[in-house]
Amino acid sequence: MEFWFSESQTPHVKLSIRVDRQLYSGKSEFQRIDVFESPEFGRFLTLDGYMMLTEKDEFIYHEMIVHVPMAVHPRVRDVLVIGAGDGGAIRELARYPEIEHMDMVEIDPLVVEVCKKYLPQTACRLDDPRLTIHYEDGLKFIRTCENQYDLILVDSTDPFGPGEGLFTREFYGSCFKALREDGIMVNQHESPFYSEDAAACQRAHKRIVESFPISRVYQAHIPTYPSGHWLFGFASKKYHPLKDLNETRWNLRGLSCRYYTTTLHKGAFYLPAYVEELLSDVE
Amino acid sequence: MKPLTQDRAPIYEALEHVKRMRLVPFDVPGHKRGRGNPELVELLGEKCVGMDVNSMKPLDNLCHPVSVIRDAEVLAAQAFGAAHAFLMVGGTTSAVQSMILAVAKRGDKIILPRNVHRSVMGAMVLCGAVPVYVNPECDDRLGISLGMRVDAVEKAIRENPDAKAVLVNNPTYYGICSDLRSIVRLAHQHGMLCLADEAHGTHFYFGENMPVSAMAAGADMAAVSMHKSGGSLTQSSLLLAGPAMQEGHVRQIINLTQTTSASYLLLSSLDISRRNLALRGREAFGRVVKLARYARDEINAIGDYYAYGKELVNGDSVFDFDETKLSVNTLDVGLAGIEVYDLLRDEYDIQIEFGDLGNILAYLSIGDREREVERLVSSLAEIRRRFHRSKAGLMKQEYIDPVVAVSPQDAFYADKESLPLRQTNGRICSEFVMCYPPGIPILAPGERITPQILDYIEYAMAKGCSMTGPEAADISRLNVLKEESN
Repeated sequence: MEFWFSESQTPHVKLSIRVDRQLYSGKSEFQRIDVFESPEFGRFLTLDGYMMLTEKDEFIYHEMIVHVPMAVHPRVRDVLVIGAGDGGAIRELARYPEIEHMDMVEIDPLVVEVCKKYLPQTACRLDDPRLTIHYEDGLKFIRTCENQYDLILVDSTDPFGPGEGLFTREFYGSCFKALREDGIMVNQHESPFYSEDAAACQRAHKRIVESFPISRVYQAHIPTYPSGHWLFGFASKKYHPLKDLNETRWNLRGLSCRYYTTTLHKGAFYLPAYVEELLSDVE
Repeated sequence: MKPLTQDRAPIYEALEHVKRMRLVPFDVPGHKRGRGNPELVELLGEKCVGMDVNSMKPLDNLCHPVSVIRDAEVLAAQAFGAAHAFLMVGGTTSAVQSMILAVAKRGDKIILPRNVHRSVMGAMVLCGAVPVYVNPECDDRLGISLGMRVDAVEKAIRENPDAKAVLVNNPTYYGICSDLRSIVRLAHQHGMLCLADEAHGTHFYFGENMPVSAMAAGADMAAVSMHKSGGSLTQSSLLLAGPAMQEGHVRQIINLTQTTSASYLLLSSLDISRRNLALRGREAFGRVVKLARYARDEINAIGDYYAYGKELVNGDSVFDFDETKLSVNTLDVGLAGIEVYDLLRDEYDIQIEFGDLGNILAYLSIGDREREVERLVSSLAEIRRRFHRSKAGLMKQEYIDPVVAVSPQDAFYADKESLPLRQTNGRICSEFVMCYPPGIPILAPGERITPQILDYIEYAMAKGCSMTGPEAADISRLNVLKEESN
């Protein structure tokens, strides 16, 4: 018997992963949630049939969304994480002792519950005493926040479905308002490769450029995401992601990572020509 | 025969039946179930073009309904508490016009508020009726026209005992209701009919704790935009009639101007929407009210915006308020409503129903979800953060008492001349001028032009309102009556 999970990455391209068994399947008010066990990627989480993370490659995404801004901003005390119900971003953030408080805003309580039960690899630090979890719409939560965070991580799903509001001008504008004068926002920025993803990526970039004085994009290679080539947005009020990178300071922390290094940090901002063009078209 | 109950949809059922008959079409429409126009099929889908068929025996005929359309009208009448319901395919404009043409002829007077939809004035141009305006009270802070006070209607009735009918907006575009029951009673006491423009009130018939509907209030006719809050396809509408109206007469009037090739897409959408409202309207509109209340609270929490609601109710000029209407005053943000309307679309990809000088209206319906409401609220918060300025220099909409010099029909067909806008001061206008939406005339044919009106037109254009009506599309000139004296 063969048992495969397939995701249509475009209407004409599929990625299939062989599955041993399904660990969980349920439906929340917002979406369908599934957890599978696979021989190649370990456990993986899907929402409405779209791949969110696998145990094998989640470290790439979570290290890159957290350590890049943390190596630039000199003193992060208050962090807001939007989405991220799997806990992966919190796990990486929790490694920084100077962070005093983390707010995590996840719309779907069931995602958190399922991840705590089936994906301890990412959910392991969701009981950190510095963390407050808010179960509500991220767009709504941030509407009333002003000048109170040093770092905002937008760990959203795709720009359709429940995550749609996190790719809008009003959301990025609200993030700007919620950040302190030297705050940084990093967001999941979709992929530049397949046309529909590229269009979403371009739209998001346009809206961030309109909202922040500094807006740069960096990349990582995530095998289970469509095309494997994934982008993050680095939007900032003051710090430049390369000029203000303090390699010594970060390296003295002695944090061991499997993907992120301060050298890779610099390289990640050098984008392929076609991606640069895609982005500069809307700048 | 299955009994005729609200869970039926006779026109839709007949269409399904005809489809199964696999008739060979040697009749119109000429695209023949789409075969002759593959690009149209690509656009609309096979199912849709396959249902675009012509009147035939199994599908009845809207001009003279005897079977399935008749059944659908009977069900609609039942659902809306009317003596008769007419399915309309020319928009609520044609429902309003048929309503007026059915009760008034040349020279007859109709008592009505000035903030009527253009279709009412259009009907008067067609039939030669004469408007008697009741000044709708104006809310100073919001700059919007309210409802008609009962004593103002009574005064108009006493001064015009020969008037044929009183027409009431139930509600206005902004959600404001007059005391319809009392106005119906007054009109009937004086031998007049009462008509209601319910373009924005379909849900009154189905929701809980809604303002009173025209049929429940005892009105004689009502034009109901099923395609607005009712969920049917654009251009489909209903004309409801009470027991005092003669069905045959109204049908004859409708048939003067309505198409003889009524679209079955529109007809079946009316049928299905009526079924949906009758079966599930109460819960659906309960959700809409809840969502609107939530949005109102969140918008008012932003600051400077005023999303108004039931607190406007004063027992008279605001007898009731339709809570599903999300009307927001923007003047304290320092922006005209039309400016916020444009910013929402251009900067935030949100299209709302309209913006006027001081207000915006976001239309909430049975198709809305919380996540879109969050986007709207956040966008308004961002617009305030980014564009807030002093409100100095913003003009409010003020009620301009119209001076009706000539009947709309006489003015429309009179000898006229075209003059540059500013030179028309003091002359009698022969055409309409309106912002669209909301489509309420600033000037109607037969009204005298004043400096105040010209200021208003120029300000509205400068703020980006889309002005329609005049022959000169850029509103640089207006047609006025040739001077009567020389």
